[in-house]
Amino acid sequence: MRRAERVDAVSVVAGLALLALGSLLLVSSTGGATFSAAVLGPAVAATLGAILLTAGLQPRPDDPVDAPSGTGLHRDPERRWLGGVCAGLAETLGVEPAIVRIAFALGVILGGLSVGLYALGWVLLPVRRSDGAAASRPARSILAVAFGVSLLALATLLAIRETGLWIGDAVVWPAALVAGGAALLWRRSRTEPAIATPAAPRPRRETRRETVSRTGVGVALVIAAALVFLEFTGVLGAARDALVAAFVAAAVLGVIFAPTIVRLVRSRDTERAERIRNQERAEMAAHLHDSVLQTLALLQQRADDPRAVTQLARHQERELRRWLSGRTPIDGAPRTLAAALEATVEDVERDHHVDVDLVMVGDAELTPRTDALLGAAREALVNAARHGGGGPVAVYAEAQDGRVEVDVRDRGPGFDPDAIPADRHGVRESILGRMARHGGRATIGPAPGGGTEVELVLEPEAGT
Amino acid sequence: MNEPTVAIVDDHALWRTGVRAELEGAFAVVGDAGTVDDAVELIVQAHPDVVLLDVHMPGGGGVEVLRRARAAGSPATFLALSVSDAAEDVIAVIRAGARGYVTKAIAPGELGDAVRRVHEGDAVFSPRLAGFVLDAFAGAPRPGASGGTGDPELDQLTPREREVLRLLARGYLYKEIAHRLKISPKTVEAHVSAVLRKLQLSNRHELSRWAAQHRVIDP
Repeated sequence: MRRAERVDAVSVVAGLALLALGSLLLVSSTGGATFSAAVLGPAVAATLGAILLTAGLQPRPDDPVDAPSGTGLHRDPERRWLGGVCAGLAETLGVEPAIVRIAFALGVILGGLSVGLYALGWVLLPVRRSDGAAASRPARSILAVAFGVSLLALATLLAIRETGLWIGDAVVWPAALVAGGAALLWRRSRTEPAIATPAAPRPRRETRRETVSRTGVGVALVIAAALVFLEFTGVLGAARDALVAAFVAAAVLGVIFAPTIVRLVRSRDTERAERIRNQERAEMAAHLHDSVLQTLALLQQRADDPRAVTQLARHQERELRRWLSGRTPIDGAPRTLAAALEATVEDVERDHHVDVDLVMVGDAELTPRTDALLGAAREALVNAARHGGGGPVAVYAEAQDGRVEVDVRDRGPGFDPDAIPADRHGVRESILGRMARHGGRATIGPAPGGGTEVELVLEPEAGT
Repeated sequence: MNEPTVAIVDDHALWRTGVRAELEGAFAVVGDAGTVDDAVELIVQAHPDVVLLDVHMPGGGGVEVLRRARAAGSPATFLALSVSDAAEDVIAVIRAGARGYVTKAIAPGELGDAVRRVHEGDAVFSPRLAGFVLDAFAGAPRPGASGGTGDPELDQLTPREREVLRLLARGYLYKEIAHRLKISPKTVEAHVSAVLRKLQLSNRHELSRWAAQHRVIDP
């Protein structure tokens, strides 16, 4: 995708450069004016540079933040000194406005060219404020930016040379390279927001890889410029000697200190891992101390009461399971039906000294209706604990597609539902009545194989 | 004569001793093992009919024992046993080939019964496993999701199978389910075996996910 873009940009640049060249040749051949190659050279370079720079500053289509706004050349009157041209340009380039302003000032001193450019910018550039969308800057193709700036610098230098100021090759080429490298290095890294407006959407952060490659290319360009300059001025030989010496020194130092450095880095990592591990161990120890160790102590105290021992063990088991599963906060209120039912079961187990086996399928949000269901289930559980002959109670709950069902079953002697006395508030009111009031139903009857079974059902609410 | 021979695989020595004491007399306990390597060796050497297999063990757990014993050609029947609440662990052992799953809280008499039943070829579902399976097969399978057998028969439970599982989850015995649904206990057993087969063969997204997520917990 990026390859395709680059090819695209290159073809556009080539086309426009040819167009510019063609029109210059056309003008010169019709005799309107004669341009020497010395004029054509800078002109073509400037065109290419400008276009590449624009291409490089285009937002990439795969950049979601920047895609809608785009950040072409614009003026920024909010931060203006004069017309906001420099501020806008700086924003587009991603450099400090001061750098652009100094560049323009230098341009004025050197020949007045930038005065015209500034005026042109003031008239032509659209106004965009440094807020909101404009604050987000596009991802740029670093190579296009570097080439663009280099070519612009080259064009400027060639033009200056034509005006008669003598500048040798030793200055022109390195200067062009330095311009490109500096453009990359001076760009503000996008690891910080471009503008500290709280409302502004955060610009796409430059990844570490991008930072490295941007800096790397910039440094390479500047070093290349230095080498070219040294080559032209003939001092490269001496510089090479110095470089070799420096490299050798660096290599020697590296060999000597590498193990130490590696060890330092490693020990820092180990220390950090150790610290995290210790923290986790301390947390786990604290929890086990508060729960499991306490329970074990209690178990020893009450060893003569098998029932209490079973209760304590079961309670601790459930609590530990909850903690291990991370489903419910230890001391928090249950947030779903499954957790609430688990808590209810646990309460009844503790208060009535009975074993309850809970199987839960699915889960549901807590609503007033499920609260009512939970209330009825608790009542059914208490009944099973009281009259179920002391055997284990089985609870099956299923919550699916809005339908909730809870079955409580004991293996006690069973009882005849029609024989429930009217004054037995528990069954009549707390189970049957409560379910009916909340649009559910409850069935109480003998279970196959003995015992009593209570079925509590909430059908899905109409309209949900 | 017809009583099956039994091997006990569990990394808790106390538990092994307890189960051994409980089963001895009714069954011939041919040995017990506390690690995956010992277990595989025991199973290959002593040819037990039924292996009581702990789901959680260091070094790969029950799944690893099953896989290696099967690779070594053992015809033993496996009954998974654990304190685990984690559906993915239990489902993983069943999918690896165990014929049933019971929790360690099972009443003493019922464990012997379960051993006998898996030996006879029945599937043994504890209420908790029935709950897990209902959860796993809840809703319609997503068509075409993550491979799938492309076999809707395998990826979905029939309404009757669902009903049987619900009653199992409610703690009903087979004969109570038969009574309630007015079918024979053999038919109940056939439904449960069919569910077990689906559990092992289906590529339903939920089951594959659980199998993939299954990781061994080393203490």
